[in-house]
Amino acid sequence: MAVLLLGEVNDGELAVDATAKAVTAAKSLGDVTVLCAGASAAAAGEAAAKIDGVAKVLVAEDASLGHRLAEPTAALIVSLAGDYEHIVAPATTDAKNVMPRVAALLDVMILSDVSGVVDGDTFERPIYAGNAIQTVKSKDAKKVITFRTSTFDAAGEGGSASVESIGAAENPGLSEWVEDKVAASDRPELTSAGVVVSGGRGVGSEEDFKLIEQLADKLGAAVGASRAAVDSGFAPNDWQVGQTGKVVAPELYVAVGISGAIQHLAGMKDSKIIVAINKDEEAPIFQVADYGLVADLFTAVPELIEKL
Amino acid sequence: MGENAMKVLVPVKRVIDYNVKVRVKADGSGVDLANVKMSMNPFDEIAVEEAIRLKEAGMAEEVVAVSIGVKQAQETLRTALAMGADRAILVVAADDVHQDIEPLAVAKILAKIVEEEQPQLVMAGKQAIDNDMNATGQMLSALLGWSQATFASEVKVEGDNAVVTREVDGGLQTIKVKMPAIVTVDLRLNEPRYASLPNIMKAKKKPLDEKTAEDYGVDVSPRLEVVKTTEPEARKAGEMVPDVDTLVAKLKEKGVV
Ligand SMILES: Cc1cc2nc3c(=O)[nH]c(=O)nc-3n(C[C@H](O)[C@H](O)[C@H](O)COP(=O)(O)OP(=O)(O)OC[C@H]3O[C@@H](n4cnc5c(N)ncnc54)[C@H](O)[C@@H]3O)c2cc1C
Ligand SMILES: Nc1ncnc2c1ncn2[C@@H]1O[C@H](COP(=O)(O)O)[C@@H](O)[C@H]1O
Repeated sequence: MAVLLLGEVNDGELAVDATAKAVTAAKSLGDVTVLCAGASAAAAGEAAAKIDGVAKVLVAEDASLGHRLAEPTAALIVSLAGDYEHIVAPATTDAKNVMPRVAALLDVMILSDVSGVVDGDTFERPIYAGNAIQTVKSKDAKKVITFRTSTFDAAGEGGSASVESIGAAENPGLSEWVEDKVAASDRPELTSAGVVVSGGRGVGSEEDFKLIEQLADKLGAAVGASRAAVDSGFAPNDWQVGQTGKVVAPELYVAVGISGAIQHLAGMKDSKIIVAINKDEEAPIFQVADYGLVADLFTAVPELIEKL
Repeated sequence: MGENAMKVLVPVKRVIDYNVKVRVKADGSGVDLANVKMSMNPFDEIAVEEAIRLKEAGMAEEVVAVSIGVKQAQETLRTALAMGADRAILVVAADDVHQDIEPLAVAKILAKIVEEEQPQLVMAGKQAIDNDMNATGQMLSALLGWSQATFASEVKVEGDNAVVTREVDGGLQTIKVKMPAIVTVDLRLNEPRYASLPNIMKAKKKPLDEKTAEDYGVDVSPRLEVVKTTEPEARKAGEMVPDVDTLVAKLKEKGVV
């Protein structure tokens, strides 16, 4: 049994944490071959070869694969699919874009956001914003899967897989990349951070969101936000935590001025320790918090920054 | 009306209302959907809104809403018509509200409808909030061999192309796709309108075609057999702390700060 795992490659670099978490999820299914595709992907391939549990690495370098456009990436994966029973990836936005396309081209159903592996055909996945967990058994000959990274620990280093170069598939030429707007940040990445501090609508303005960022920096944390905070323009879209944003499960999650709608809880309720600061003692966030503090965030957060 | 005014197809799904607290059935067979409030999938409202705006801007001449599922999805289509869609197609593919039609089967039916209707743009939601699959648009695009632009927060139709800004993990990505195209919409694309009472009345007279999955020759039997559905593990009740000092002390005790 063999598994093809689409490595998460951004601008030639491997997102090691996301890829290594998917390796952990995939290992029990068979020998794992990691595919690194990009305009440049050799360095990513070298990094993937070091992940513990990776048997082999395929590197596909071609201009058409440069920005992970769905059509050429899916065509490449489909051209390799014959050798594998499981075709998997970490559930990043890139993989969510590509993998359902791969599944349909192979005439199989996609298993999205899988949070548990029961056996080679049977998987668990959250539905209804994580309010239910469904166990499903696939009847398809090939399984195309994205793994929810927050529920798997990253595989360690120490592997020494062989690396092989392969060509790209024919580019269908349906789309082209125009630009990326990516904010550079020195903070840890949201989905791999050990500590996350998130702000909600209660923070009130983009200006005051600096307070959340200061607390995050004090804790060496990543910064998250509720959808309301993003919609109100306090925080960029890629900070959104929740059902339709990012799913995080850090050691410590601090929710400030967030009410705790189910769509938000869907993205953070698997955190080890949850702290909630909210001035409304009835806020639903307190029902999932390990430590709740009823307070005005404008007094509590500065005090917290000072005392930590 | 613009010279190249096009037809836009909008697939809309009937799902549990996003405000309803879902309950897992005691026998583990699924989520209880009997007698709960159902609504249009929130992402699909955004897709309908965007399609109507294209029409209002003279870029589109017709907006066709499609829903696949139980007969009651008629109500969802009437909502789309009341918002401003011109006509609707209901594909009855299930008779029990608990029977979800998988994205692959939905995409196959939509592909047949696309062949018949020849839209230049399919505007779908990024994700249905019940099964949380995030797959149908990508699958449809694969079956048709069309371009895809998922998770859109901005859509501009420019001649034979659509320029789409996408919400991705790192921030925003803009791509240019050839039309015909499939676009799936994200939450910040627009703020959907409410249907006015007169428009709700008018919608009752708009055409709504009723079909079945067999009419399209598509087998909707599931590829994923549901073994069981369970409640997630509940979090243990936490404690309220009286002040910041206590909070800091507790966190130190746990070794997380
Ligand atoms: C389809 C769909 C998908 C969604 N996906 C997501 C998602 O992925 N992520 C997400 O977060 N949401 C999502 N939402 C939105 C969600 O339903 C809520 O609207 C949102 O999470 C609310 O954000 P909030 O808690 O910041 O705002 P609010 O609910 O307005 O809460 C603000 C809180 O701040 C508190 N507060 C105000 N001032 C202060 C102060 N000075 N000090 C302390 N506390 C204060 C208030 O008491 C209140 O509890 C989605 C909704 C839909 C329909
Ligand atoms: N049964 C359905 N009827 C109509 N549209 C659907 C149906 N299922 C999915 N869709 C469309 O596909 C999008 C993504 O759904 P999903 O892939 O199930 O998460 C939805 O937002 C709808 O636009």
